[in-house]
Amino acid sequence: MIEGFTALYIFMLSAFTGYEVISRVPVILHTPMMSGSNFIHGIVLVGAIVVMGSAEGALEQTIGFIAVALAAGNAVGGYVATVRMLEMFTVKDKKGEA
Amino acid sequence: MDTFIQIVYFVTAILFILGLKKMSSPVTATGGIVWAGIAMIAASLVAFLEPGVFANNTNVILIIVAIAVGSGIAYITAKRVQMTDMPQMIAIYNGMGGGAAAAIAGVELVKMAGGHHALDTTVQVLAVLGALIGAVSFSGSAIAFAKLQGLMNKTIRLPFHMVINLALFVATLAAGAMIGFNDEVSITLVLGFFIMALVFGVLFTTPIGGADMPVVISLFNAFTGLAVAFEGFVLGNAAMIIAGTVVGSAGTLLTQLMAKAMNRPISNILFASFGSDGSDAADEDIEGSMKEIQGTDAAIMMAYAEKVIIVPGYGMAVAQAQHKVAELTQVLEKRGVTVKFAIHPVAGRMPGHMNVLLAEAGIDYDKILDLDEINPEFPTADVALVIGANDVVNPVARTNPDSPIYGMPILDADMAKNCIVIKRGRGAGFSGIENHLFYADNTRMLYGDGQKAVGELVSGVKEL
Repeated sequence: MIEGFTALYIFMLSAFTGYEVISRVPVILHTPMMSGSNFIHGIVLVGAIVVMGSAEGALEQTIGFIAVALAAGNAVGGYVATVRMLEMFTVKDKKGEA
Repeated sequence: MDTFIQIVYFVTAILFILGLKKMSSPVTATGGIVWAGIAMIAASLVAFLEPGVFANNTNVILIIVAIAVGSGIAYITAKRVQMTDMPQMIAIYNGMGGGAAAAIAGVELVKMAGGHHALDTTVQVLAVLGALIGAVSFSGSAIAFAKLQGLMNKTIRLPFHMVINLALFVATLAAGAMIGFNDEVSITLVLGFFIMALVFGVLFTTPIGGADMPVVISLFNAFTGLAVAFEGFVLGNAAMIIAGTVVGSAGTLLTQLMAKAMNRPISNILFASFGSDGSDAADEDIEGSMKEIQGTDAAIMMAYAEKVIIVPGYGMAVAQAQHKVAELTQVLEKRGVTVKFAIHPVAGRMPGHMNVLLAEAGIDYDKILDLDEINPEFPTADVALVIGANDVVNPVARTNPDSPIYGMPILDADMAKNCIVIKRGRGAGFSGIENHLFYADNTRMLYGDGQKAVGELVSGVKEL
């Protein structure tokens, strides 16, 4: 479906995109950003589901199960961690009361 | 149906990139992660519609159970963990992603071995590469987690560590090449390959000091992205290729930024054992002695100061002292003292880590300055209060060319009229280098747990 040079072009353009997108991030957002990009590669869950779905036999199913569980952990953990960190930057107004 | 699946993946890729872009500004950041989250849910649901997934009901049930287990554990841990422990949690979630990519490659290779899959050299090679990078990221991140969590305090170095690492790496590559370029895939070889890759990840990470872990975690983050992209090629999944590659390149840039902030080339961090020779040399020529101060005296010094600059470090994070620090800021400002914060780019364990903690405690952004902005202000400050920071204020980085941290930009806390250092014990910092600031004439040491010591300062100032 994605063949040879097309894949290479996708790879090249995505690499530049990633570089450009993060190059404007202020230092204070670096940790949330790392966490956010950590969440983005949780897309590996999609691959894990596809692979597990077509698994045959106990060995493939076992490894596939591990893949799906780990990928789900990456996605959910990455999301919750990022949201919690970013909340720190939005609740600024509340502090005056304390 | 296939068109529908592809459209969803396409939109997912767009939302991921837009989400990352939004995350680059504090105002829109929360929106960015929500967009990416929606895209992730959509893509995961659509993955069930891929041909073959619903062919086997057992597999579908197993997938759902696996998702429940994995996300359940991750959700609970991510919700419960203290803000200060976030860096190591990022490491562990990142490692899970790397492990997942490696496991995907594992399944694919097993399928090839069993003859369920047509063999194709490009696919084989990419699967193997992704497996290697993913497996290293998995076991390496686990070690990074253990180090930051305090489960593994020592840097472990085997005799001939570099030689062993190199040999193991070459052997792993050779095994990978034998799998990748062969017409048959041998299960035994695949198993051996994975074991070697995992061990290599461990050995690669153990000699690296805890202070360098943020750079390593960031590097593994980029690794995982790349591994995901490679497995995306194997599966013909464009969303995985794009998201993985974007993270791969963004993570590489972030790693470079961090290494630059420490003024050390990445190769130096990864391959040179930190502090093995320089620290001995640095011990010799320390002049003066450490002078202790009591909390009440320190409080008086600060209360009658005009300007106080606070330098927070990892010690503040460990002691959960950020709220006390915010309180101290308030009571000092009530007395008309100007309070500013100096954040070193690598203070704590990650760039921005201190900013997150101070923001959590409700301290205004405009008081929090970075290295270039604050350094000219130190000579005009009456008191520099260093809380649990060490290497980032060590003047040997300016003065001693033999020191392993020589050349690293530091915060000039030693230039302030007085310097108060809150420190838990008398030992050297994470890097094991003696800090000459602690012996300086205008430095006073306030020993104790960060939270307790700052608490003493707060009550001391209040009583005046």
